[in-house]
Amino acid sequence: MRWPGIFQVGVVLTALLALPAAAEEQMLRAAVIKIERETPLPISRLDLPLPDDGFGGARQATRDNATTGRFLGQAYETEEVTVAPEALIETLDRLVAEGTGTIVAIADAPDLLTIADHLAGQPVLILNASAEDDALRNAECRGNILHVAPSRAMLMDGLAQYLIWKQWRDWFVIHGAYPGDLAKTESLRRAAGKFGAEITEERVFEDTGGARRSDSGHVLVQKQIPVFTQRAEDHDVVVTVDENQVFGIYLPYRTWDPRPVVGDAGLVARTWHPAFEGWGATQLQRRFEKAEERRMTDLDYQVWVALRAMSEAATRTSSDDPVKLRDWMLSEEFEVAAFKGQKLNFRTWNNQLRQAVLLADEKLVVSVSPQEEFLHQVTKLDTLGYDRSESTCQF
Amino acid sequence: MRILTSLAALLIASQASAYTVYVTNEKGNSLTIIDSTTWEVTQTLAIGQRPRGITISPSGHELYVCASDDDTVQVFDTATMELKHTLPSGPDPELFVLHPSGNPLYIANEDDNIVTVVDVVNKQVLAEVPVGVEPEGMGVSPDGKVVVNTSETTNMAHFIDTETFEINTNVLVDSRPRFAEFTKDGSKLYVSAEIGGTVSVIDPAAGEITKKIGFEVAGIVPEALQPVGVRATEDGSKVFVALGPSNRVAVIDGTTDEVIEYLLVGQRVWQMAFTPDEKYILTTNGNSNDISVIDVENLEVIKSIQVGEQPWGVVVSPN
Repeated sequence: MRWPGIFQVGVVLTALLALPAAAEEQMLRAAVIKIERETPLPISRLDLPLPDDGFGGARQATRDNATTGRFLGQAYETEEVTVAPEALIETLDRLVAEGTGTIVAIADAPDLLTIADHLAGQPVLILNASAEDDALRNAECRGNILHVAPSRAMLMDGLAQYLIWKQWRDWFVIHGAYPGDLAKTESLRRAAGKFGAEITEERVFEDTGGARRSDSGHVLVQKQIPVFTQRAEDHDVVVTVDENQVFGIYLPYRTWDPRPVVGDAGLVARTWHPAFEGWGATQLQRRFEKAEERRMTDLDYQVWVALRAMSEAATRTSSDDPVKLRDWMLSEEFEVAAFKGQKLNFRTWNNQLRQAVLLADEKLVVSVSPQEEFLHQVTKLDTLGYDRSESTCQF
Repeated sequence: MRILTSLAALLIASQASAYTVYVTNEKGNSLTIIDSTTWEVTQTLAIGQRPRGITISPSGHELYVCASDDDTVQVFDTATMELKHTLPSGPDPELFVLHPSGNPLYIANEDDNIVTVVDVVNKQVLAEVPVGVEPEGMGVSPDGKVVVNTSETTNMAHFIDTETFEINTNVLVDSRPRFAEFTKDGSKLYVSAEIGGTVSVIDPAAGEITKKIGFEVAGIVPEALQPVGVRATEDGSKVFVALGPSNRVAVIDGTTDEVIEYLLVGQRVWQMAFTPDEKYILTTNGNSNDISVIDVENLEVIKSIQVGEQPWGVVVSPN
């Protein structure tokens, strides 16, 4: 009871079960599957991965979906699966055998393709909640994957638009050497060309391994970074690409030239931020934090959107058939509200969810892209990522 | 003689429109009071945190304000503008509606998926009604028998029986329904869907959508046409729809339910209220920090009045 004393008297709590329900209850069974892969340790202990990252979003979505579903005779169940790569295939087979209609993948691109190809032809809706590879939206696209995670190109385009708006056109790019970093640097180069920025210089920061953190480690870093960044061509801003968080956050306050740092440190392009309050987002932040007793991450948000989108299709079609749900999600009628100020839907040429991108520092959202000044003949959201005429995806 | 007549007419006119306008300023944590004869701000009061929904008792003696971040409803004495007391509202109250008789108050609690029913005299919670995710809009039928709540993530209008506190009908509408407004004869219910970009016209007796109204303004991207507040005239002949970031108010012919006019108002137009004589309708414009005054007969915006930071809700005294 929320109210003490007198207010408890006379409170009528209408039982949930007493509400009218459809004659036959439908069960929408989903699984969120996370494939365990080793990733480099981040340099800040604040960036250590949460064991239930993404699963919190799954639980919140399932609670939200169930609240809606009880008015329509639809029930929701979501299994959280963490699996070693070797056990992926047998886990998929088990899930399908048990009647799982929706699989939300927290997987890298190769694992995601394994899932999609293994389940090709099966009545299973596959939602990509984490892989940002541009290739998955182009040559390596699959008709049975719907991408809720933004592509690297979308994130970099969102960042580029803001930098152009700020008239910070000359970029000094410092990128890592992991495959993801190289791919994201390619997306960044594309964004520079697309929006009229110039990359005045590129440098690679090699991860040489060794201990990530040590007592008094800052003493060394304070000397290394100015040396590493000196004598760069003139630039307005340092753009860093470091998906694994192994060096990027060393750059702010330490560069040779006093320039803002953006990219994977400083101002970061992302889908969610725990301080984001736009378009009613506070409501989702608050109910998530209350239930999960932690803050909501980007991955939580992406899984939440994936399951909400599935439920939105179930609500509108009154169906629990994964094929019908997928058809609806890819149709013109589909729309999902996800605290981005406008309806979100999928690009039919590569199954990518259109969405606005937040630009945020540690504490606050600084801006949201697309920036108003960048026009598009269909929707400004399509100024982010691969547009219809640019995509090489062929289903 | 002619001069006398027009003078008399002027007097009557000014008497007829002597109302007090109350505006909540969400970011300013303040309440702006405006005199409707002069359209001048007469008073600005510091009130609770993040004030949003606002309504007034049928007698005009009590003003109710949702102080969202204080998790309470503040009740002001309109004669003195002193805070009389607060009501238990449940967490994060955003919008509410008062029963036509003046009691009870039905409050949407967006964090807890409930509608809280509060007796405003005894200051007691009478019921908590579980609804869909993110309850927001609240409308009451003119006979007081049905309260409609809209849930923003569930995308439904829930019809709550005011005697049993049970939901007897759910109507699925477009994405992010924000507001529910009955016509005064109870024959129609208008529900706005902010993200869906439509207003559903619902037959309350049948619990069915009879029409969906879409919006189109040349030179404005469709995603900016986001319907929020809705108000219908007493005779149901005109319905006004605030279209959020498009800075427009749509005027709908209540007979055909077609849009007849778009009026340019301030930025991010949110909620609206008529003066009781229905000569004017006032809009809160959150991003330009003003309210627009619309002449209802001529469908003209006649004035903007600067208020506090991010005006959200507006109500006009009944007398």
